[in-house]
Amino acid sequence: MNINATIIGQLIAFVVFVIFCMKFVWPPIMAAIEARQATIADGLAASDRAAKDLELAQEKATAQLKEAKVQAASIVDAAKKLEAKIIEETAGKAQVEKEKILTSGLAEIETERNRAKEELRAQVAVLAIAAAEKILERSIDAAAHSDILDKLVAEL
Amino acid sequence: MSAAAATEATLTSQEYIKHHLTNLTVGEGFWSWNLDSLGWSVFLGLVFLTIFRSVAKKATPGVPGKLQCAVEMVVEFVDDSVKGTFHGKNDLIAPLALTIFVWILLMNAMDWVPVDLIPWIISLVTGMDMADIYMKPVPTADLSTTFALAGGVFFLIVYYSIKVKGFGGFMKELYTQPFGHWSLYPINFILEVVTLLARPLSLALRLFGNLYAGELIFLLIATLGLYQLPLHFIWAVFHLLVIPLQAFIFMMLTIVYLSLAHEDH
Repeated sequence: MNINATIIGQLIAFVVFVIFCMKFVWPPIMAAIEARQATIADGLAASDRAAKDLELAQEKATAQLKEAKVQAASIVDAAKKLEAKIIEETAGKAQVEKEKILTSGLAEIETERNRAKEELRAQVAVLAIAAAEKILERSIDAAAHSDILDKLVAEL
Repeated sequence: MSAAAATEATLTSQEYIKHHLTNLTVGEGFWSWNLDSLGWSVFLGLVFLTIFRSVAKKATPGVPGKLQCAVEMVVEFVDDSVKGTFHGKNDLIAPLALTIFVWILLMNAMDWVPVDLIPWIISLVTGMDMADIYMKPVPTADLSTTFALAGGVFFLIVYYSIKVKGFGGFMKELYTQPFGHWSLYPINFILEVVTLLARPLSLALRLFGNLYAGELIFLLIATLGLYQLPLHFIWAVFHLLVIPLQAFIFMMLTIVYLSLAHEDH
C-alpha cells in the first residue's frame, strides 16, 4: 500500500476523464436539460396566460350580457312609452276628427233644415195664396200683393 | 466470498487477508505499477464516460428516455450541489464534480464485489492457483488512486487561487491570515500552508481509509466460515451508505475547496 508510479497513471486517467467529461458529456446533457426547462417554463407560462385570457373573456361575456339586458330593458321601456304616446296621440286625433265630423254633420243638418224651411215657407206662401184665391174666388195679382205675402212669409 | 475456501485452506487468516490486500504489481520501488488499480479504475472511468457520452449524444430536450432520465438525475444532482456552493462562473467545476462523483462511486462500488470472485474467475479461465493471483479490485482502497485524485484537486486549488487572486494575492492570503499583525506573518504562513496541504491530504486519506477499512472487514468476515454469509450481507448493506457517502463527500469538498480558492478575502 505504498504510493508508487500508479499515482501517475491515475492522475493522467483522472485528467483525461475530466477533460472528456467537460468537453463531450456535460455540455450536451446540460443543454438538453436547459432546453427542456425552457420548454416547460414556456408551456406553463402559456397555460397561465390562456387561463387568464379565459377568465378575461368570461368577464367580458358577462359584462356584455349584462349590458345587453340593460339595453333590452331600455328598448322595451322606450317601446312601451312610444306605444302609450301613439295611443294617446291617436285617441286625440280621433277625438278631433269625431268633433269635426260631428260639427260638419250638424251644420249640414242645419242647412238642410233651413232649406226645407225656406221651401216650406215658399210652398206655404203658394198654398196661402191658393187658399186665399179659393176663398176670394178670384185671382189675386201676386205681384201686386207680394208685399203682403212677404210679410206673411216672414211671420211664419 | 468463500468459493475459494478449499484452495485457501492452506493459508492462515493473516496470510489470506494480506494476500488479498496486495496489489497486482509490476516494476520495482517507486516505479512499480498497480495493474489492478489502474485497470479497474480506467475500466470504470470508461464505463462512466461511455454511458454518459451515449446519453449526451442522443440527449433530447423533448421527452427523455429512461437512461437519459437516470443520467440527467445524476447530472442535476451534481449541478445543484455545485450551484449551491460555488457562485462564480467556471465551466470546469461542474464536470469535474460529476467525474469525481460518478467515478469514485463506481470505484467504491467494487467493494461490493465478493472478495474472492474475481480471483476465482481468473483461476477458472487461466488455470492459475488462487494463491498466485493478486487482485485488489477496489481502486479507491489504493493510496495511489486517492492521492492522484486529491493531487489533481490540489493542483486546481493552487491554480485557481493564483488565477483569481494573482500570485501576490495568493501569497498575501498565506501571510496575512488569520492574524493581521506583521510580526505574526511567519506563523500565519505556517498555519496557512498546513491548512492548504491538509486539504488534499484529508481528501485522499479519508477516501482511502474508509474503503480500505471496508475491504479489510469484508476480508475478516470472509475468514469466518459459515457465519460470514449474514455478516457479509450486513456489511454490504452498511456500504450502501458508505460508498455513495464517500463519493459525495469527496465531490462536495472539492467544490468547497475550489470555491474557497475563487474567493477574494
